[in-house]
Amino acid sequence: MVNLEDFRQETRAWLEENCPASMRRPIKSDKDQCWGGRNWVFENEDQKLWLERMAERGWTAPQWPTEYGGGGLSREEAKILQQEMARIVARRPLESFGIDMLGPALFKFASEKQKQRFIPQIIRGEIRWCQGYSEPNAGSDLASLQTRAEDKGDHYLVTGSKVWTSYADKADWIFCLVRTDFEAPKHLGISFLLFDMASPGVSTKPIKLISGSSPFCETVFDNVKVPKENLVGELNKGWDIAKYLLTHEREMIGGFGLSRAGSKPLGHTAVRAIGTKNDCLADGGLRADIADFEIDEMAFALTVERVVDEAKAGQGTGAASSVLKLYGTELNKARNELLMSIGGSGALPWGGDDKTTLAQHWLRSKGNSIEGGSSEIQLNIIAKRILGMPS
Amino acid sequence: MALILSDEQQMLHDSAKSFIQERSPVSALRELRDRGEEWSAELWAGMAEMGWTGITVPEEYGGLEFGHVGAGLVLEECGRTLASSPLLSSSFVCAALISALGNERQKETLLPAIASGETILTLALSENDRFDPLAVATTAVRDTDGYVLDGRKMHVLDGGVASKLIVVARTGGEPGDNSDLTLFIVECDDDAIQVARKLNVDSRQVADVRFEAARVDSDALLGEPGAAWQQLERALDIGAVLSAAELLGLAQEAFERTLDYLKDRKQFGVPVGSFQALQHRAAQLFCELELCKSAVLKALQAIDEDQPERSRLASMAKAKMAKTAKLAVNEAVQMHGGVGMTDEYDIGFFMKRAAAACQEYGDFYYHADRFARLGKY
Repeated sequence: MVNLEDFRQETRAWLEENCPASMRRPIKSDKDQCWGGRNWVFENEDQKLWLERMAERGWTAPQWPTEYGGGGLSREEAKILQQEMARIVARRPLESFGIDMLGPALFKFASEKQKQRFIPQIIRGEIRWCQGYSEPNAGSDLASLQTRAEDKGDHYLVTGSKVWTSYADKADWIFCLVRTDFEAPKHLGISFLLFDMASPGVSTKPIKLISGSSPFCETVFDNVKVPKENLVGELNKGWDIAKYLLTHEREMIGGFGLSRAGSKPLGHTAVRAIGTKNDCLADGGLRADIADFEIDEMAFALTVERVVDEAKAGQGTGAASSVLKLYGTELNKARNELLMSIGGSGALPWGGDDKTTLAQHWLRSKGNSIEGGSSEIQLNIIAKRILGMPS
Repeated sequence: MALILSDEQQMLHDSAKSFIQERSPVSALRELRDRGEEWSAELWAGMAEMGWTGITVPEEYGGLEFGHVGAGLVLEECGRTLASSPLLSSSFVCAALISALGNERQKETLLPAIASGETILTLALSENDRFDPLAVATTAVRDTDGYVLDGRKMHVLDGGVASKLIVVARTGGEPGDNSDLTLFIVECDDDAIQVARKLNVDSRQVADVRFEAARVDSDALLGEPGAAWQQLERALDIGAVLSAAELLGLAQEAFERTLDYLKDRKQFGVPVGSFQALQHRAAQLFCELELCKSAVLKALQAIDEDQPERSRLASMAKAKMAKTAKLAVNEAVQMHGGVGMTDEYDIGFFMKRAAAACQEYGDFYYHADRFARLGKY
């Protein structure tokens, strides 16, 4: 085993050498986050270089196996990489649903051929993925989805519509839940398909949100031909993959509850904005609410740490993702509410195209406890699966 | 350090659970209460035999030196059955003060006696109804070869069973100052002090103690005069986190009993636990308890590792735990419905003990305020 301290020193030196200075600044706008893919326009040469250099080492997906182009790092090494990146405020080289969501499902359910085909592209950021789950009539009741994939011999013909497809208008490929058995009980007739968003019959339309941004789309499939080799896992067993993937999504969204690396504690922000009286924040009521929040925030961060440590020691409960998703998103909403209170009327301005204001972040945060399974769905999961409460 | 238990800690946790479940179930508390007694000397002897009375005492003074994570695990199990003992006051808080401040003579005589359970000490600090450790007004005035104490202490935990007090007094300054605080070890049966016992809602006794021109010798001093605060603050952090550990056990047990009740109790022809209104509240409480587990374990580790963040973590843990314990016992009684209000059902005992334990070493408001102060706001 490589000595961890050596690894840290090497990593530090490599990052110093290879992370361009402009990639060491906090993210200000959407353009600062690189999503890759066929149509990505790099903000500048540094962004491209940073992605290429990190992808070259497999460090866009540090813990994935090297045989598919991943970093092959151990958990401890990956943590060190993360710490060293945080130390110099290095940006994540690639934001990717391929890495955060699809990849883990491919490793578990896809054929070797599919893994060889898709995983290296994900690591290099060559394909931008979107997720085709929710439908206009299948939100919290996801398994009632109606998008059909009919068997036409050498291909499936997909017809239906999806909603809340994140960045569908910018994505190259979609991983999509479709109904392949129309008679079976709802959970048992679903399959998991991958297809190119450039296929004839696919159309997308962005949905404008209360925050003014349009990260989600309506996506329509009108007789889209999908090669049969693009089916992942067994026919009609797609719900298992969907559930597995949702677990990863929940963990990702739950991470929103953690304060961003390098961001100031709320109490500090409040003191700068409001000032102190007798060494305490000048607004006593707000101070009490901030303390209450920061206590929860700290206990939550420790819980994330504990879940990871337990998993490492093989003691995981497996159901923790619902707890983290629920609590993390509610905390992020609480943080945004407090930031609005700290800012007062000064927090109300609406930004232009190149600037997202506090008020817009606040509005966007409201979606955290809806997307990826609403808080109420998480409570259902906890009550039934963890606590074993009767139906 | 990873936020999991070591194998040794896990073993201690398991043995504490089986010992307490067998020797001090909730029914033991009911029997003590009905007999008008506060504690069981027999249980105490058993705890001493298990080594718990010396769990944080250094090995060279007859203890196990097993650390505060271990002490927390024991108290968590005591919390589950509401087992009453002076472990926290004597074996953990007073032992910490004597280990840190005692001279060799004091350590040699007192620590082995604490570790064996033979001598019980408690801290006489509070002078107010609300926890405020710097508000000490009791004075200690230098006399020819000793000190004269004047003042009044309130809510002294285990005041009914302790034979010695560690008294916090002021050798100068004003209430509110953290300088000039001095500790004295005083015998409870000293004629110069009056100890008045009071029965609390949780069936435990606390004491009010009066010092009227009470003379103590210089060798009663624990540590240097006027310099107690740093170690006293540490001991109070230990008290706060360990009281949180007790509440963690209490809240989990109240929650689990309630969950069983919800699965069992039928109304409208179905278990009431099938109603979403109750399921969501139970799930929410489960999440809060998960956060508490992490908070308490981290704060305990911070004491053992002497981390600079110790005080802030201690306040975080006690604040979070006190708030959650209150939620847990309130939900427990409400979800039990009418029987939750009866003396016959045990669930009410959990609410009563939680009310007292939340106050011990500072309640939610005290620790939330301290947490904010330590966070510079």
